[in-house]
Amino acid sequence: MSRSFRAETVKLVRRPASWLLLAITLVLALIFTYVFPYAGIAGGTDGPNTGRALPALLPDQLVGNSLGGLPVFLGSILLILGVLTVGGEYGWGTWKTVLTQGPTRLEVYAGKLLALAAAALAVVLAVFAVGAVASVLIASAEAQPVTWPSAGDLLTGIGAGWLIATMWAMLGAVLAVALRAVALPVGLGLVWMLAVQNLLAAIAAPLVDWVAKAQEGLPGPNAGSLAAALGAPGDTPGVAATVGGGQAAVVVAAYLVGFAAVGAVLLRRRDIG
Amino acid sequence: MNLPVQTEGLTKRYGGLTAVQDLNLTVRAGEVYGFLGPNGAGKTTTLRMLLGLVRPTAGTVRLLGRPPAAGRLTGVGALIEGPAFYPYLSGRDNLRVLARYAGVGADRVALVLDLVDLTDRAGDRYAGYSLGMKQRLGVAAALLKDPRLLILDEPTNGLDPAGMADMRTLIRRLGAAGCTVLVSSHLLGEVEQVCDRVGVIARGRLVAEGSVAELRGAAGLRLLADPLDAAAARARDLVGAERVRVVDGGLELAVEPDRAAWLNTELVGAGLAVRELRPRERDLEQVFFDLVEKGTADVA
Ligand SMILES: Nc1ncnc2c1ncn2[C@@H]1O[C@H](COP(=O)(O)OP(=O)(O)OP(=O)(O)O)[C@@H](O)[C@H]1O
Ligand SMILES: [Mg+2]
Repeated sequence: MSRSFRAETVKLVRRPASWLLLAITLVLALIFTYVFPYAGIAGGTDGPNTGRALPALLPDQLVGNSLGGLPVFLGSILLILGVLTVGGEYGWGTWKTVLTQGPTRLEVYAGKLLALAAAALAVVLAVFAVGAVASVLIASAEAQPVTWPSAGDLLTGIGAGWLIATMWAMLGAVLAVALRAVALPVGLGLVWMLAVQNLLAAIAAPLVDWVAKAQEGLPGPNAGSLAAALGAPGDTPGVAATVGGGQAAVVVAAYLVGFAAVGAVLLRRRDIG
Repeated sequence: MNLPVQTEGLTKRYGGLTAVQDLNLTVRAGEVYGFLGPNGAGKTTTLRMLLGLVRPTAGTVRLLGRPPAAGRLTGVGALIEGPAFYPYLSGRDNLRVLARYAGVGADRVALVLDLVDLTDRAGDRYAGYSLGMKQRLGVAAALLKDPRLLILDEPTNGLDPAGMADMRTLIRRLGAAGCTVLVSSHLLGEVEQVCDRVGVIARGRLVAEGSVAELRGAAGLRLLADPLDAAAARARDLVGAERVRVVDGGLELAVEPDRAAWLNTELVGAGLAVRELRPRERDLEQVFFDLVEKGTADVA
């Protein structure tokens, strides 16, 4: 399995699309978390988000600010990464090439999931790093003191971010196995994350009781609750304290394991066309 | 001694379509076995089942003595239905990635690239390879593990005549070195020079099996002489009526070719003008076609 993990890591790292996704992630995180809010403050505009004043952009808010994107828009990018990593083998027909070299299907699959988990950690660390730099720059520009979150908070935040990011990558992986392709799983995954989740939360849940109840069991709202519990700003899409942080962490972890397991069962059972 | 390939009652159905039916295939250690059949006969499906990529509807497979679905494929190299690699990596890096799965070193990568004559272009991205180069890389990947059993599905697809000749040489060399080779093809002529035995599959069933000479059938002589009627009558007297057939304005005689000189003397002595007398080669593709037709008719 360590052989498979190394091979998968090489494929992931050498693939141009991986770097493009990372770049987009960091640019999005930077722009929406720091650049626009800071531009608003610096320009003196009084918008609907005036609550998001300067203190919200300083280094001591690093954990919440770095987690805010993961429930929806950075999560979508990790979903795409998951689909690409697994679905690429279907798209290029390379499953047979890999499997005839000897490894079992589950070895290859496990290698992929580990590589995805490592990539998710790298993405989360990069988001924290970019946020740290941005907040320090803002603090020094505004002559504010630089105080960091405690090491414990930082580690909890990185851990929670890693959990959410990996869960979305696993959703991408299981969609790719289920649909044996790249394009359709990416499309359906994004429709779910960007449209359906929002419609449920914004329109259906306030009107229909059981939808509101069911929401509490879905991956998105739980990821949003986990981020909210750790200080993510409540005006970020998808971030809302629907359930408690502890429960949210357990549910997100359960989805992570569930997605991985369903993918494994499907991959093992079905023919490799 | 474990047989490299042994299947019993191997069957695969896709909905109402039976792709492979009740196939008993045996490949012996050290032989080069040609697996022949027209488009859609079930060759690729069979080979996929051998490798555990496709689950049989019924029947069993043993590969080097073990069921392939049970675990890792060891000692087996394969190219199934065209090459497939990562387009963003070079040929060499593709093989390096595969070498990690296979657990072999970088020295094997260089060696197999050399075997298929791809060393010069190994640093280029796979996406830019020509069809023949892709095919060569596919064969290189199949050889990566230095397999005891090599399974090649139409390895000469997309190769130019020189490439096809290279491929035959390679297969013959591997066979001589003790590697068991199972190679599929549409063309009997393409594999006859390298195969010890061939099996013919039509509509999912094995319709014939044996050496190329056995499949080709009994030898004979082809005779062109004037007048034809008189020549036919004389030939019937000489070798027996049941051994003489009139085909395409000439005669086909089911006799050993070494009797040509004697026959010639007799016919010329009888006042006939012999224009041509030569060993009859049954056209291989005709043989193949007949076998497939016969197999298909039997199934119908
Ligand atoms: N995944 C599949 N789903 C449905 N039918 C299939 C599938 N795979 C193969 N078949 C059918 O099984 C039959 C055998 O196909 P197969 O690919 O084994 O033929 P082949 O002998 O390799 O042909 P060719 O010489 O064209 O490569 C065909 O009728 C094909 O349509
Ligand atoms: Mg085929």
